[in-house]
Order: sequence, then C-alpha cells, then structure tokens
Amino acid sequence: MNTLVNYIRSLFLLELWQGLSVTGRYLFKRKITVQYPEEKTPISPRFRGLHALRRYPNGEERCIACKLCEAVCPALAITIETEPRADGSRRTTRYDIDLFKCIYCGFCEESCPVDSIVETRFFEYHFEDRADSVMTKDKLLAIGDKYEQQLAEDRAAQAPYR
Amino acid sequence: MDFLFSLWDTINQDYPVKLIGDLIKIVVIVGPLMFLVAYFTYAERKIIGYMQIRIGPNRVGPRGWLQPIADAVKLMFKEIIIPSGANKTLFIIAPMISITTALAAWAVFPFDDHLVLADVNAGLLYILAIASTGVYGVLIAGWASNSKYALLGAMRTAAQVVSYEIAMGFALVTVIVAAGSLNLGDIVRAQEGGFWHWYWLPLLPMFVIYFIAGVAETNRAPFDVAEGESEIVAGFHVDYSGMAFATFFLAEYANMIMISALAALMFLGGWLSPFQGTMFEAAFAWVPGLVWFFAKACIFAFFYLWLRATFPRYRYDQIMRLGWKVFIPITIVWILVVGAAVVFKLPPWWAA
Amino acid sequence: MNFEKFLFYVFAIILVLSATMVITRRNPVQSALFLVLAFFNSAGLWLLMEAEFLAIILVLVYVGAVMVLFLFVVLMLDINIAEMRAGFIRHLPVGLLVAAVMVVQMVLVVGSGSFGLEQFPAPIPQPADYSNTAELGSLLYTTYMYPFEIAAAILLVAIIAAIGLTLRRRPDSKYQNPSRQVSVRRADRVRIVKMAAEKKMGSK
Repeated sequence: MNTLVNYIRSLFLLELWQGLSVTGRYLFKRKITVQYPEEKTPISPRFRGLHALRRYPNGEERCIACKLCEAVCPALAITIETEPRADGSRRTTRYDIDLFKCIYCGFCEESCPVDSIVETRFFEYHFEDRADSVMTKDKLLAIGDKYEQQLAEDRAAQAPYR
Repeated sequence: MDFLFSLWDTINQDYPVKLIGDLIKIVVIVGPLMFLVAYFTYAERKIIGYMQIRIGPNRVGPRGWLQPIADAVKLMFKEIIIPSGANKTLFIIAPMISITTALAAWAVFPFDDHLVLADVNAGLLYILAIASTGVYGVLIAGWASNSKYALLGAMRTAAQVVSYEIAMGFALVTVIVAAGSLNLGDIVRAQEGGFWHWYWLPLLPMFVIYFIAGVAETNRAPFDVAEGESEIVAGFHVDYSGMAFATFFLAEYANMIMISALAALMFLGGWLSPFQGTMFEAAFAWVPGLVWFFAKACIFAFFYLWLRATFPRYRYDQIMRLGWKVFIPITIVWILVVGAAVVFKLPPWWAA
Repeated sequence: MNFEKFLFYVFAIILVLSATMVITRRNPVQSALFLVLAFFNSAGLWLLMEAEFLAIILVLVYVGAVMVLFLFVVLMLDINIAEMRAGFIRHLPVGLLVAAVMVVQMVLVVGSGSFGLEQFPAPIPQPADYSNTAELGSLLYTTYMYPFEIAAAILLVAIIAAIGLTLRRRPDSKYQNPSRQVSVRRADRVRIVKMAAEKKMGSK
C-alpha cells in the first residue's frame, strides 16, 4: 500500500509541484535587495575594515612596538621594525600591513595592549598599483587621525563586552 | 568556366526571386530570434532573481533593459583564447555547429497558418534530426579543448542527450499518431476545436514527459550535468571565452526557445485561439495567431526558468534512471494506448 | 547543367572526399567526424532522389545516435599511433588479399550492368502533398510485413543478448537504489521530540 502511494506521488510529480509552488510564491514577495552605492546596510561597531594606528589625545602615537600583533597575525601580514626614539621610548620605525595577505580576522586588534592597531568601519578602498597594497606606518596613522572620533566611539561602545 | 556561367544562368533564370525571398524570410526569422534570445537571458536573470527575492539586473538602462546589449558588447570585445593543447580547427568549429543546428531547426516552424519558411512534409522528423545533431557541438568542444573537465562534460552530454532523445521521440510519436501527420502545420490544424481539444489533455503524460525530456535535451537545470559548475567547473565550455562562448550561449537559449515553441505547437495548438468554440471566439478573433503562438511558447520558456530556480541538479545515475527506467517504458505503453484509441475511434477526442 | 546536377556534384565530391578521410586520418576522432560528414552528404544525395524520409532518418539515427555513441567510445581512447602502425608492412599482403577478394565479389554482384542512367532513372517528381513517409509505412506494413517483423525480432534478440553478455552482478560495488532514496520521508529517519525548555542552573 505504501509503495503504491509512493508510486502515485512520484508519478504525479507531487513533490515537484510543492517545490514549484514555493518558488512561485516567492516570485511575488517583496524584494529585499539593497541598492548598494545609494543604500547601505547599517555597520556594526565591531566591523573589521581597513586598519588604522591610533594616537593618544595628546598626539603621541599609541603603538609601543610590542610586536604582539605581528606574532598573532595568522596571515603574516604585519612587519614591524623597532628602534628607541631620541627620548628613549620604544617606538616602531616601520609598521607595514600587506592588505593582500591580511584576512581581516581582527586578531591584531584583540592582541594590542594599548588599542593602537584597530580596524575601522571603512571598507570601500582600492589601489591602482600592487605596491599600494602595503599600508605603511604613515598611511595607517593618517587613517587613524581621520577616523579617530568614530574609532573612539566604537571602542567606548564595545568596552563593556571586552 | 562554362560550367560556372551555366550555373549562374540557371540561378538567374529560376531562382533569383525565390532565392532573395527566402533569404529575406530567413533574416526575418533569425533576427527577432536573436533578439528574443538576448531578452530571454534578461528574463531569466530577472525571474530567477525575483524568485530569490532579489531584483536582478537593474543598472544598465531603465530597469536594466539594456543589460543583454551590454553583455553582448562585452563578450564581443573579449579575446578568444585558444588553449595551446587544443585542436584549433575543431575548437573553432564546435560553437559554429551548435549555433547552426540551433537555428536550422526554425526553417520548418509554422508561426501562423501557412506562415512558414519551408512547409516540409516530414517537418517534425526534420526538427528531431537537426536537434539530435546539436550534440556534436558539445562533443567536439569537449574533446577539442583538451581538458579533463571539458571532456567529462562532453561525455555526460552525449550519454544524456542520446538517452532523452528516445523518450522525447516516443512522446512526439504519440502526437504524430494522434494527428496522423508529420507536418507541423497539419499537426496544429488537427488540434482545431478549442482548449479541450489541444493535445495537452488527451496526451497529458506525454506532454509532461516531452517537456522534461526537452529540458534534459537542452542541458538545462535540473539536468545541467554537462556544465555542472560545482563539480566540473563549466563542463564542455570551460576553455571558451568571448564570442566563442557567446555562441554556445546563444545556441543553448535558441534551443530552449525551440523546445518551448515546439511544445506550444505539439500540445497547445500553436497559433490557434484558446477561445475557439466558446462565446469569446468572436471577441478575440482580431488577435493574430502569431500572438497566441508566442504567448504559448512563453509559458514553456517561463517553466524553464521556474524549474531552474526551484530544483537542485540531478545526480548522474538518477538522470539515467529517469530516462531509461521511467520515461521510455511510460512512453512505449502510451504509444500503444494512443494507437488503440485512434484505431478504435475512442470518444471524445478521436470519435470523428 | 541544372541546379540539381550541381548540388549532386557538390554532395558527391564532399562525400567521396570525407569517406577517403575516414580511412586515412590517423586520429580516430577525426575519422569519426569525417564519417559524420559523409552521412550528412549521403543524406543530401537521398534528398535529391526525393527520398526525404530516408534522408532524415539517416541523419536522425546514424548521425544523431549511432555516431554519438561511437564518438563516446572513441573520445576516451588514447591510442598510441606508432604502435598501431607497427605491423603495417607485415600485414599488408593479407590486407591486400582480403581487399582484392572483396572487390571481385562486389564487381560480381553489382557489375557494370547494374549501374548507369538506364538502371536508375530520375525519380518521378511528385505533387507537394505526396507523403514519402506514408508510402514507406504502407509498404513496410503490407508487402514487407514479415521481413520487417523478423528484422525487429532479430534486433530485439540482439539487444537482449548484448545486455545479457555485459550484465555483471557486482556484490562489492556500493549500489544506491534511487527509487528507495527518493521514497524516503522525513518521518522514516527523524523523530522529533517535544520537550520543555530546561531551567538554567542556579536560577530560581
């Protein structure tokens, strides 16, 4: 009896019609497409976009060249060289992130003891030269300066969960 | 030289008017067909997009209406890359074979009563024969590319098309038996008498089998194992680019439209008005048959897209099982049923 | 010189050339493709003789099915051509002998008396509504009923024999039964258990 029912089911393509009716219904549903350049979805404060190096409010760069980020980076995208500055503090002379290697995991941000290396919400960038993919210290600091207000707000919003 | 002159003379004497007339007719058929193919791709992207609650292409032109044009221009200006290990001649010939067979089948299509390029007696057979040679484009492409994936795609297509051709042929045999003619125009005229006299109802199982076999014949989802991008990248046309790829694309879509139009002719009464024999017949008498035919073909074309949006790809052994163990037995039995019905003049359809 | 004659020569020349290519090409795939071309051109010749049904069936059956299966096999061959040609000189005398015998036989059966325009007059042009197919059908099912049915029976036996020869039971192969797979319902495999949500530890 059961086999007979199964035969009839498959012969009349019952399940196929069920599937077709689902897609048929969706044909008339309201579309949820976001028209990207004109419309944008909200971005989380935890968003991991382009990197930046932050400064303290007094203008001193935060990075103390502990190289934790370089050590934790799973893609080996970060290269750091250090030298003592004239005032004797430990600073980086080179801080490069190769964006082609970077997988935007956010580990550098997590590992940073002074919240220096961070990832911004900014993700719409491009380069026209392969060499531009390496973000140098100057470029990273410039980005940090540009988005400092946003970055500080995002850190503050995230502080209770860290 | 004399030979050439005499040949030219004969052509000049007998053929000039007919030849030029035929050429114009061919252009009149192929031009709109290519246009339809282009906008069929647009319809496909839009409809499948809508079924996936997206809106599909909407950037090029108002509501994306110029998208197919943009696609065509892009493909035309792309480089045709010929792999170094490929058989160059066959690699170039393969897409040509595909498009030739896809277009040649349209020669015998009646678009309206007597609106046909070549009113051949064995029209249906001609279409079957031409459609069956279309597989060579795929086979040759797969072999000439000198690539594993392409070859695998070609092998799959060969086996699949040969299997489903039988089921499709048998399904059409029932139509031939019911209509008593191989001429497409006569088959449509045999369905005269309104919606309930079209062959979709008396030959219902064959109608379904024909269309499913047609989907398999054109290598469309859910039977598109020849392309199977998840396992063999793009199957037979992995190594094709630019216009060579576009030619395969055109051929595939022209074939889909061909199968849809053939279904409309065989089972939905071609150019006949659906209101024949009802009280609306006079009210819709002004609609030309071509419009009805086009509308009916569009139903099937839409089904192609609907199926693609709904079903996952069949596994290869399931395709073979469906073709050989389900469709062929059913069609053979149904040929006998229809034959008996016609011989014994079974009412309501064969009483006359 | 009329147009039909011109067409005849076009088809005939391509037919002979492609038939020659079939046996001279070294690559089996190219041979098979030239055979397809030969079939097409002979179909064209048949069309000229007003045998449209036979011409279309030639394309449908031989080009559309038989040669596809042929190619299916040939495509997978990876033949070492040097190895294949190794014994050419050694087998040449035998080959020539067989060829000579076949030529003699063919001449005896279809001698010069069987050719010529007297034996093959041009077919009588038929009116447009004349159906080649219907004529062929009525001949096959009346005059040639028995040969036709016997041929069908022989073919059926051949099919069964071919399947019987190649059918192997492989107990070790992991065979899936699609109809059983398809008929499985969710209820056969999954049991859904309703239970109340558990309370969190420590909460009251």
